[in-house]
Amino acid sequence: MNIVVCVKQVPDTATERKLKSSDSTLDREAVDGLMNELDEYAVEEALRIKEAHGGEVTILTMGPSTAADTIRKALSMGADKAVHLSDDALHGSDSLQTSFAIQQVLGRTGFDLVILGSESTDARTGVLAAMLAERLGVSQVTLANKVEIDGSTIRIQRQTDYGFDRVEASLPAVVSVVEKINEPRYPSFKGIMAAKKKPVDAPSLADLGIDAAQVGLAGSATTVVDFAEAPPRAKGQIVTDEGDGGSKIADFLASKKFV
Amino acid sequence: MSVSPTQGEILVLVDHLDGELKKVTLELLTLARRHGDAAAVWIGPGYEGAKEKLAEYGAAKVYVAASSELTDYVVAPKAELLAQLVADKSPAAVLVSATAEGKEIAGRLAVKINSGVLTDAIGLTDGFVAEQSIFGGSTVVHSQVRQGTPIIAVRPNSTAPEASPSSPVEEEVSVVLSDAAKAAKIVEKVVQEKGERPELTEAAIVVSGGRGVGGAENFKVIEALADSLGAAVGASRAATDAGWYPHSFQVGQTGKTVSPQLYIAVGISGAIQHRAGMQTSKTIIAINKDAEAPIFDLVDYGVVGDLFQVAPALTEEINKRK
Ligand SMILES: Cc1cc2nc3c(=O)[nH]c(=O)nc-3n(C[C@H](O)[C@H](O)[C@H](O)COP(=O)(O)OP(=O)(O)OC[C@H]3O[C@@H](n4cnc5c(N)ncnc54)[C@H](O)[C@@H]3O)c2cc1C
Ligand SMILES: Nc1ncnc2c1ncn2[C@@H]1O[C@H](COP(=O)(O)O)[C@@H](O)[C@H]1O
Repeated sequence: MNIVVCVKQVPDTATERKLKSSDSTLDREAVDGLMNELDEYAVEEALRIKEAHGGEVTILTMGPSTAADTIRKALSMGADKAVHLSDDALHGSDSLQTSFAIQQVLGRTGFDLVILGSESTDARTGVLAAMLAERLGVSQVTLANKVEIDGSTIRIQRQTDYGFDRVEASLPAVVSVVEKINEPRYPSFKGIMAAKKKPVDAPSLADLGIDAAQVGLAGSATTVVDFAEAPPRAKGQIVTDEGDGGSKIADFLASKKFV
Repeated sequence: MSVSPTQGEILVLVDHLDGELKKVTLELLTLARRHGDAAAVWIGPGYEGAKEKLAEYGAAKVYVAASSELTDYVVAPKAELLAQLVADKSPAAVLVSATAEGKEIAGRLAVKINSGVLTDAIGLTDGFVAEQSIFGGSTVVHSQVRQGTPIIAVRPNSTAPEASPSSPVEEEVSVVLSDAAKAAKIVEKVVQEKGERPELTEAAIVVSGGRGVGGAENFKVIEALADSLGAAVGASRAATDAGWYPHSFQVGQTGKTVSPQLYIAVGISGAIQHRAGMQTSKTIIAINKDAEAPIFDLVDYGVVGDLFQVAPALTEEINKRK
């Protein structure tokens, strides 16, 4: 089975993230990058499917050269190879363009399964898997908290607000995973050593037939009008419980008309 | 917020579960009315039961696509129906709720009609400029779609719903689904016991418990407080990881984003990843025994104390004052 996992390098959420005043894009130089957490679950799920059904796992990242760290981590976990799409022209691409660019890469790699995280911690759009399924015209089996493959049939449990849906589809398919679908493995020492020798393909936009004008900030379908730091919250009142904590909160709630 | 002159129809995808209307739909209608004529789009069975509410909240039109085929497959049919409506009716914009599924519909629609999509809007001004709160609430951004028909996913609880009775014109609509739209079949819908409490992302009040709660059994302290306020129950990741409460109730970066009128954090330290999911709550209260807990930087009112003392006392006090 040919499994492609889309992973994104994101700024560590524990650091202060900012937009750049020059072009309103995320300041990626200013903060440490790491693999989007949900994408670790995506890589893990791909490795488990490969272990059960055979095949090959390819990591696909679109991002600046620093995203090589994230690729290496995924290869250390056990993925076989990677494609790193990196070109300054892609800077500032919105989700519509990112999905287009990734579709072009998938045209090069081929796939039976494409696995994504359900959301990134920086953009948090949560639209990419659905966009890819639409572009590729294949089954969308997303928001999975359980995946089963049986020949060319894929069954998932799709997490919903009310519980879950059991969904059935045929391969090829686009899968997205939610937290707690599995427990991502840590790279082993052997895995880290082996990763250094694994191939990373770095196609150019021309190789993929992408016109630079179609992507990046200039070609984006959405634009940032302005941004500002959120005003800090006014400092609240903090009291120590002396047996009266409950009634004090109740008084506060009453003053705000909650009770 | 300024009221602009009517700019034509704005499609509002009705969010409902088998005919049971979600509150966010009323919020979307309210928002749509400020920018044009609100045209509700009903997909799936159950319209009759929701009809009155849509009229009460000012839908000028309702497009009814009642075929159950549209809800038998994962999201794609809904996007196909919306794409056809966009082609036929040339609306000024399309609004959906910013739930996980709403965003997926928005994404597919964006590809189909080659339009930009904005997610998690918390406000909308003239020219469909969306306000978004990003990076865990630290930055406020205004964005705009500049290609195609704006598709905007609006976060639940970000607009106060206002009634404005209307007599909507109903129009039955249908679409011939492509094979691709029927690729992922929903073979079973499993509705887990949701009880009497409001849904987490829609609730006006949320009471969340964290590691301090100390066990699954103890969550009844949180539930009792929530019930005294008619609130939803939430949990931190520490609590869901430990299996004390289901993952679907997790608030935060990898859980749900909530924006209630009131958020009460009980035994939660306030890690940045938790704050990412609750920072835009209007009023925040915390109960924590550690005076240094970062959650206290956010609160309007905080009590340093043992939650097993303070929370039950608060519950009792609220019940007494009712
Ligand atoms: C990539 C990533 C994503 C994450 N996503 C999320 C997410 O979506 N949601 C989320 O919540 N977290 C998330 N986390 C985890 C987050 O970093 C914290 O670990 C988590 O929020 C801590 O939960 P907590 O506050 O309940 O536990 P703790 O940080 O352990 O805090 C427990 C608090 O309870 C207090 N306490 C203990 N006993 C009592 C008592 N008897 N009475 C009163 N107070 C008491 C303590 O003083 C302490 O402040 C994520 C982490 C990462 C790395
Ligand atoms: N630049 C990218 N390169 C590869 N995968 C991506 C990229 N951006 C997003 N993804 C994938 O899409 C998922 C959802 O991201 P988002 O739509 O940004 O919330 C992520 O979890 C990744 O799996």
